[in-house]
Amino acid sequence: MRFVLPLALFAVLCGFLVMGIGEDPTRIPSPLLDRPVPEFDLQTLSEPPVAVSAADLQGEPALLNVWGSWCVNCGREHDFLMQISRDIPIFGLNWNDEPQAARQWLRDLGNPYRFSAFDAEGRVAIDLGVYGAPETFLLDGNGTIVHKHVGELNPEVWARDFEPRLAQLRQ
Amino acid sequence: MMRYVFSVLTMGFLLSIGLASQAFAIDREVAFEDADMQARYQRVIHNIRCLTCQNQSIKDSNSPLARDLRREVREQMANGASDGEIYAFMQARYGDFALYKPPLSAKTIALWASPALLMAIAVFALFRTLKRRSQLDISVDGD
Repeated sequence: MRFVLPLALFAVLCGFLVMGIGEDPTRIPSPLLDRPVPEFDLQTLSEPPVAVSAADLQGEPALLNVWGSWCVNCGREHDFLMQISRDIPIFGLNWNDEPQAARQWLRDLGNPYRFSAFDAEGRVAIDLGVYGAPETFLLDGNGTIVHKHVGELNPEVWARDFEPRLAQLRQ
Repeated sequence: MMRYVFSVLTMGFLLSIGLASQAFAIDREVAFEDADMQARYQRVIHNIRCLTCQNQSIKDSNSPLARDLRREVREQMANGASDGEIYAFMQARYGDFALYKPPLSAKTIALWASPALLMAIAVFALFRTLKRRSQLDISVDGD
């Protein structure tokens, strides 16, 4: 009888610990879901550069992909981005990068982006709550953030997290 | 004697950890001439988590994101923002997780209440045990 209370407490503690096992601590829920992409005013990487804003992301469901030429996992997902860019417009946000290095990267690996906005000071990335590239946002036609994925985008993630939502947006 | 040596070693060890964490502080530059503002700045950046390097504050991290967030804090403070406004800015973008002291809400109530709850349980158990023991017969014979 005297073991009941400690045992119950231990069971509760175990319950909390077990709940934590499956969770990835690097996945942080974004408070920006269901909100419009924050306003921005940037230049594209293209030569000559073009001024772009959040309004340029609107029109149809699209992806906003945060990348940098320094980012290893951006290289790993690049081929897949090239592949899906035939199905959905992809816009890039080039983060914390050197424009020369970023342009070279697109020349070498191909350019899946409609345009890449150059975030020289990382301010737009902060407004988007970006903490690790690559990050990919799924936007509806009005530029509202429907889903956010942190880390490499691959066929598995695409089929699981993006395709069902995209199908719903396109209905 | 052994016990004395052990406690001196332990204290030395703990002290060295404390000194080491001081030595690794990244942002040593003076952001504000005003001593009060500088102290406030140090406190605020110590309370904001670096999300690329979890378990470090943006004060302790040299990641580019932490550097950008420190600049953001400096600029907002220079523009007269309060601590609360700066924390709210971080929270709106990165969620409660960005703050080392998350605000009290339905989601964080378990986090904040659990220490008090555990303390209450411990005190309750202590009193019950003491009461039971005080009612025991004291036998001098030892049986």
